[in-house]
Amino acid sequence: MNYLEHIGKYFIMLGRVFKKPQRTKVFYSAILKEIEDLGVKSLGIIMFISFFIGGVIALQTALNLESPFIPKSLIGFAAKRSIILEFAPTFCSIILAGKVGSYITSSIGTMRVTEQIDALEVMGINSLNHLVLPKIIATVSFYPFLISLGMFLGILGGWVAGVLSGLFSGIDYIEGIQTDFNPFLLTYAIIKTLIFAFIIATVPSYHGYYVKGGSIAVGRASTQSVVWTTILIVIANYFLTQMLLT
Amino acid sequence: MIEVTNLHKGFGDVKVLKGINATFHPGKTSLIIGQSGSGKTVFLKSLIGLHEPEQGSISFDGNINTDFTENQKQQWRQEIGMVFQGSALFDSQTVEENVMFPLKMFTSKSQEEMLARVNVVLKRVNLENSNHKLPAELSGGMQKRVAIARAIVMNPKYLFCDEPNSGLDPQTAIVIDNLIQEITKEYKITTVINTHDMNSVMEIGEKIIFLKEGKKAWEGSSEEIFKTDNEVVVDFVYSSNLFKKVREAYLKETK
Repeated sequence: MNYLEHIGKYFIMLGRVFKKPQRTKVFYSAILKEIEDLGVKSLGIIMFISFFIGGVIALQTALNLESPFIPKSLIGFAAKRSIILEFAPTFCSIILAGKVGSYITSSIGTMRVTEQIDALEVMGINSLNHLVLPKIIATVSFYPFLISLGMFLGILGGWVAGVLSGLFSGIDYIEGIQTDFNPFLLTYAIIKTLIFAFIIATVPSYHGYYVKGGSIAVGRASTQSVVWTTILIVIANYFLTQMLLT
Repeated sequence: MIEVTNLHKGFGDVKVLKGINATFHPGKTSLIIGQSGSGKTVFLKSLIGLHEPEQGSISFDGNINTDFTENQKQQWRQEIGMVFQGSALFDSQTVEENVMFPLKMFTSKSQEEMLARVNVVLKRVNLENSNHKLPAELSGGMQKRVAIARAIVMNPKYLFCDEPNSGLDPQTAIVIDNLIQEITKEYKITTVINTHDMNSVMEIGEKIIFLKEGKKAWEGSSEEIFKTDNEVVVDFVYSSNLFKKVREAYLKETK
């Protein structure tokens, strides 16, 4: 199957996903379950990675700014910009593409190969709407909070790294964070997050839903979905940056 | 009643079903038998609407399923119960949630009413006190019984089973066979079963259709299958020495 066919099939899938849910009560409880599975269960990894990467970004910046003419507050400024603009929305989304993407593909793929999706269809349930729409709503509504938390912890990690290492003072770092604060950068980061969240929910769902074969095919689809989700996030990141910041 | 007329279905260049005609009656258990690759599963999936026929038609009580509007299709699907080969239970849901699922999706019953109905069907399939177990905690036979309970919870008019005995020991297989037959009689359901199991053929096959290379090669009852001279059926059904001896004994006795 060529790429154009996949793209066409992906959009046809979205057409079936965006239908009115058959039972609102069941749909709402599915959203809550997906928020827990796809969002809350990713809190730990995002918090851990954000904190330490924030620390590393601040340390690397400090170590590369050796000139006495450059103010130390620039470390906080650079760390803040790096974390808000790229690290939190893009890097965290790529981590989520790996963790959540493989989970979505393998769970839907397993449902496909064990005929659970056929069972839904035979009952008269729009399986795509039932399985994928709650995932899209869960990721799109929860990931902005997750990424915002990543931003906060990343910046905090930078401060802690500076204070512990003695490479820069906490006061300089906080001064840098407050310098030239542009609220649009947060809007930009949230817009990116929303688009990435949509990609993270739909691309792995596509790979899982159309899997053919057995457990090996599901494993292969999971790997492919992570690769394609990451590629699409990177491409979307480039175009969004060009559209929103230039 | 289900009437299949000149059913054709293929995938690309491969023609799987080549003009099948068949009729299935309410309150009767009909079996589809045939070698692997003969088109049994495609036939069953065509009956339940998972495959669209290329040619021919399938009518349910006189209504052709491909002519249904979206609403009619929805209604028709609720009249169908399906037991899949691997049970196809939702593995993140308990037995109770699995059986209750169609009720939640398609009825406006209260939680208490749904629970009462679930308990009735679980009792019917002899599976009480397992409400809160997950499918992974059940044996193959128990999973099949949960699948049957889920299939009948909406009081279907048509019940389809894809190899309900696969992977089960002979004793459990007989229990499942008898259960399906009892339910068919009790609720006057039109039941169609795909099977490889010759015990099922002998025990519950009120009507048997033998498929070979996508065509109906033979049709008859379990009585007639003993007497038939049709070579392809005899080769397939009596391929084991045990069944050969059973047939010889039957023919000797009835002479």
